[in-house]
Amino acid sequence: MKKLDYERPILNKVNAGMPDKFGMKTKTATLSHIEEHSVHDILKEFGSPVYVISEPCIRKTYRTAYKAFSTRYPRVQFAWSYKTNYMNAVCKIFHSEGAWAEVVSGFEYSKAIENGISGDQIIFNGPEKSKEDLERAITDGAMIHLDSLDEFYFLGELAQKLDKKANVALRINLDAGIYPQWDRFGFNLENGEAWHALNRIMLHEHMELVGLHTHMGTYITAVSAYAVAASKLADMAVRLFRKFNHSIKYLDLGGGFATKNTLKGAYLPGADTCPSFDDYAEALTSALLGSELPPDKLPLLLLETGRALIDKAGYALGSVLANKRLVDGRRATVIDIGVNMLFTAFWYEHEVLPTKLNSEQTENTTIYGPLCMNIDIIREAIQFPLLQKGDAIVIPRIGAYNMTQWMQFIKLRPPVLLIDEDRKIHVIRKKESFQEFNAHENVPKHLK
Amino acid sequence: MKLKRNVAVSENGFLFNPETGDSFIVNPIAKEILNYLKEGYDIEKINQLILDRYEVDLVTLEKNMEDFLKMLQHNELLDR
Repeated sequence: MKKLDYERPILNKVNAGMPDKFGMKTKTATLSHIEEHSVHDILKEFGSPVYVISEPCIRKTYRTAYKAFSTRYPRVQFAWSYKTNYMNAVCKIFHSEGAWAEVVSGFEYSKAIENGISGDQIIFNGPEKSKEDLERAITDGAMIHLDSLDEFYFLGELAQKLDKKANVALRINLDAGIYPQWDRFGFNLENGEAWHALNRIMLHEHMELVGLHTHMGTYITAVSAYAVAASKLADMAVRLFRKFNHSIKYLDLGGGFATKNTLKGAYLPGADTCPSFDDYAEALTSALLGSELPPDKLPLLLLETGRALIDKAGYALGSVLANKRLVDGRRATVIDIGVNMLFTAFWYEHEVLPTKLNSEQTENTTIYGPLCMNIDIIREAIQFPLLQKGDAIVIPRIGAYNMTQWMQFIKLRPPVLLIDEDRKIHVIRKKESFQEFNAHENVPKHLK
Repeated sequence: MKLKRNVAVSENGFLFNPETGDSFIVNPIAKEILNYLKEGYDIEKINQLILDRYEVDLVTLEKNMEDFLKMLQHNELLDR
């Protein structure tokens, strides 16, 4: 006789609390396959943990975003935000869809060049640009976004020495009605700092003002903020035209679009609160088209959205290492995915999904990572099914920032896989090895 | 090790402890184990009964049983 399916016995205390007026679903979702590949098979072949990226998902998301903007505004260009995910294969997918590159360091700049992007399609942002970085950017004709007056002087000096004109845009911070207002990057609009800097650029012999840029913040769910920012930049462009008879080539509205991941402390899940690309596009392009920008000289609309284009395409696959019981009776489950490879666990209440369920039973569980460090918590409290040691789990929507902000802390970084449009699996970054890591170190003679 | 005599377990897995006023929900396998405990079976015998009926190895079952019994103890549902 066939035996019955087993699940561990549980005892859940009934706690009478406030009823949930939104009627959140209590059913646990599962994810057994990614782009037709069984999670179990992937873990068996490539080990646990592992990152998986879906190429079809990246392309679909990009096309949805591009369509949302390009159907509303005649001149739209995306620039792939390298810091969000600079796996070369990922960057090349975006470039093949037509995206330029947005980089914030010399290292990222080199990556963009290696990925076949010409200098005139690189937006060079960020507070740190070395002498060598700037000289290369001036020579390549990259769009250099100024962050401070010190950088303005430094760039001017270098361009003069090279006897070239640098393509320059000004990063502007402004009040778009959201909190917190980022003021650490660029020049403030409301106090006149930005206008002052623009005048300096316009009068500089070795600088060509090509664009205006703002990047208001991150995970912005208020689409109206984009409308305010777009209006303010458009007004600035019109003011420049009136004074200098100079038309800027582009307005760069940055990124900051939200994704369906739920932020820590959020009352409602991200899936219910995240605006669509159409929502962002409608607010932003309506503001531009309704501004005083002359219709025959509309600047290019540049967008540097990163998170919203890649988050959904990334998955972290792992396994349960152990189940424990905390002193207050709570269940603790230790998995092999820690904050070392899931930096975004500091910001998000990531979903942690089993690949199959034997029943609908769950326990209130704290999910810990594998690191011997108190901060390594993936979820503080989640209604989690009764998994056993070795069972597979999937954390979806982790494509943004985790493969760049990952830490070599206690463990080496796992491999990254890409599933292409023909559903073929490629290792796009191999697992780090002890030898490679150790090769960077040098022990002084007296300690050998 | 025995379940307290006054602890009531309903057919659909609802458990009530009149001493503390606490209520609990258990899954079907836990209900089965509670019934065995009520009958006064020892742990070895319960393990064997579960092993005979379910697709599980002894090590996993022992780990899970230990945890389950700890939870019963923690919630004052067992006779000392």
